[in-house]
Amino acid sequence: MNQPAPAPSPPALPVSLAANPKLSAWLKFSSTGQVAISPGKVEIGQGIVTALAQIAADELDIDLSRVQMVRASTATSPNEGVTSGSLSIQQSGCALRHACAEIRRIFLQQAAERLGVDIDALDIEDGTISGPGNVRTSYWELAEEVSLDRDATPGVTPKIASRRALAGSSIQRIDIPDKVLGRPRFIHDQALPGMLHGRVLRPEDARAKLSELREDGARAVAGLVAIVRDGSFAGVVSETEHGAEAALNALRKGASWSDGEPLPDENDLASFLKAQPSESTTIDKKTAASPGAAVRTIRRQYTRPYIAHASIAPSCGMAQWNGDRVHVWTHSQGVYLLRADLALVLKLPVENITVEHMEGAGCYGHNAADDVALDAVLLAKTAGGRPVRVQWSRQSEMSDAPFGAAMAIEIEADLDAQGEIVDWRHGIWGNGHVARPGRAALPALLAGFELAEPFPRMVSTNPPQANGGGSDRNSVPLYDFPSWHIESHRLTTMPIRTSALRTLGAQGNVFAIESILDEIAAERGEDPVAFRLRHLRDERAKDVIRAVAARAKWKPEKQPSIGHGVAFARYKNTGAYCAAIAVIEGAEDIRVRKLTLAVDVGEAINPDGVINQIEGGAIQATSWVLKERVRFDRQRITSTSWTEYPILRFSEVPDVEVEVIQRPDMDPVGAGEAAHGPVTAAIANAVFDALGVRMRDLPITRDRIIAAMELTS
Amino acid sequence: MPSVRFRLNGAEMEVDADPDRSLLDILRGQLRVTGPHFGCGAGECGACNVIIGDRAVSACDTPLWSVADKDITTIEGLGTSERPHPLQRAFIAEQALQCGYCVSGILMSAAALLKRNPSPTSREVKEALDRNLCRCGSHNRMVRAVLRAAEEMAAG
Repeated sequence: MNQPAPAPSPPALPVSLAANPKLSAWLKFSSTGQVAISPGKVEIGQGIVTALAQIAADELDIDLSRVQMVRASTATSPNEGVTSGSLSIQQSGCALRHACAEIRRIFLQQAAERLGVDIDALDIEDGTISGPGNVRTSYWELAEEVSLDRDATPGVTPKIASRRALAGSSIQRIDIPDKVLGRPRFIHDQALPGMLHGRVLRPEDARAKLSELREDGARAVAGLVAIVRDGSFAGVVSETEHGAEAALNALRKGASWSDGEPLPDENDLASFLKAQPSESTTIDKKTAASPGAAVRTIRRQYTRPYIAHASIAPSCGMAQWNGDRVHVWTHSQGVYLLRADLALVLKLPVENITVEHMEGAGCYGHNAADDVALDAVLLAKTAGGRPVRVQWSRQSEMSDAPFGAAMAIEIEADLDAQGEIVDWRHGIWGNGHVARPGRAALPALLAGFELAEPFPRMVSTNPPQANGGGSDRNSVPLYDFPSWHIESHRLTTMPIRTSALRTLGAQGNVFAIESILDEIAAERGEDPVAFRLRHLRDERAKDVIRAVAARAKWKPEKQPSIGHGVAFARYKNTGAYCAAIAVIEGAEDIRVRKLTLAVDVGEAINPDGVINQIEGGAIQATSWVLKERVRFDRQRITSTSWTEYPILRFSEVPDVEVEVIQRPDMDPVGAGEAAHGPVTAAIANAVFDALGVRMRDLPITRDRIIAAMELTS
Repeated sequence: MPSVRFRLNGAEMEVDADPDRSLLDILRGQLRVTGPHFGCGAGECGACNVIIGDRAVSACDTPLWSVADKDITTIEGLGTSERPHPLQRAFIAEQALQCGYCVSGILMSAAALLKRNPSPTSREVKEALDRNLCRCGSHNRMVRAVLRAAEEMAAG
């Protein structure tokens, strides 16, 4: 007897739309032929606003020029949490696509009724709805009579891929003309009426407390409006930015600080990370049906240092009080999350706080944007209702903002007599990768830790595995090893502040996995591309590896001082597939000459935008690998300028070629973090190919290469 | 307060300010010219680059007194919406940025380069931009855009 087929699961709304079902929250037609789209995600230099506009215009059948993208604000926008994790296309994009499809349908129904025509006979072209007999109306005409104050319903079918006119095309980004013409677009360039300027005093020694503050010097500076002090939080407000700087310098001279808290030894990070108290979690365990016979074990340790966001702009925020209400302008990744933390610090209901997004410089994770917003809010309390703009110094940006967490990763691979992997153990030591605002009962904002009644300093945690994990991101191999055990040891102390930086732990884990695989393949005398293909089951994974190998003509003939390396990962194991081949050149002083990448992001909404993200990720990763390392002594962060924290320069940038495998029928995923892991490992593998040394500590510097070569000689 | 005179984007200016203050501070503060961006305040990143005479220099470590009677061009003076400079058109055509914060300085370095060397090689472009930092990794697009602008200018 046949079992009845299981009932199909009811159609569900996309996650962002389920959380914000009211259609009017997403979209508003004007009677003048425009449509305002309000995503909850924000532009952080990744071009998301253009991609979302493409999706909306496509689904509505209107010209892109009619779309106005509204900046996110807690006053008006859907709450989409944080713009992070390469999820904006998946979350905001899918929500908008669904909402716009439903809205299109609603307007068609209204038009059919008004025109007395069957709905299926109607057509929409650039917002004009027409039907047989030359009857016509439009979104703009019907806007008054159609209410979108209704909830989205599941089961709406957006257009099929082949009927989309804009999504899938490399439309020029809508924010770029302003930026190349020098029009004020960044938060840094805005001047609110009556605006004052603030600066905050911060200690040089880590977590030193302000013991004494003489104010006379700062008081004598022209234009001073107020000096603020609350515990170790201190700052100045001035009529001018110049005056604020001068007053801050005077205030610094009048400040005495307690000793700070000791920092680890920067030259022995792995020992430090492994010796700290930690919380251990088994991330994944796979047991072999019939375990193979291990004849030997290779055990390797990989490290990556703390990495700075090091955005070109120091963080900036503005705030204005009106009674017990405050309006905040910020380049935060999450306006609602920042609002939640501000409410905790200010002990105010969230309704009293409006947080509005404005573009900042490139954002690669949880930087100081949220911190400086609280600084502005606290300083603005003394401003008598005038807005206060606060901008951090370069030094503060490089030392007080959270860093990407340092990691020590140990992999043990048991090999059988043929050199095949029969068991695999992967251990990760390090701080958690996320201490974002708005997620806990206590605030995560810097000034909150400095107040006279301070909030405890937050110790970073890791997102759940279902969200891609943190330290453990990309630690579970995609390869068909028979068994493995993956374990993460999250530190419960945090002398150096860490939070989300592009890829979280994925860069470190992919570096480790793809490096040791390269070593195992080399020992077997097997080509590393063939080795990977042999151990992968996912055809999309194999396709990007085959594509990159073909594009880079793998493997070119051996030349002196030139090395080739390959690596692969699928970001978060659920996102974009990316394979990279690096060509490096040199001896001690290596340069990365070329990077070739193949990527599969499913449906690429804006292919050139995807390429731009992958190129940018590849170049940033090259910078991390060759140059970047937060420096510190036992008292303080010492890499506080571009001299001490160098990044890759124009003359050092490799050529980058990107191939996008378009899959218009597959769900779109983000591209911003896919390249970092594969590029990191590909460079390290290329160094081995050229020089015969395995570089297992990042960054791969001249000194380390020399040391490694001396060890092998 | 002494006054310092200079030409800014073709217009005569007279600024009353402490002559030791930085040009960037005067531009962004007193004059509300916000195209040149503050990045480091130490002449290390190029986000505030302007052209003085025929050279691209960082405005953040250029004292006001040193620009007396000089010609200063900022991104605002490079081109307009109606008549963008070929570099600006090329940066749009190549989509040569991600966040764009560094771009107003990079365009000034590039404009100074094309003035003294109208047909640079890719290597020369990279050399000319080497003191400008970009954190998003848009370097290669920017180099392509500068070469494209040079070609377009040569073609008239």
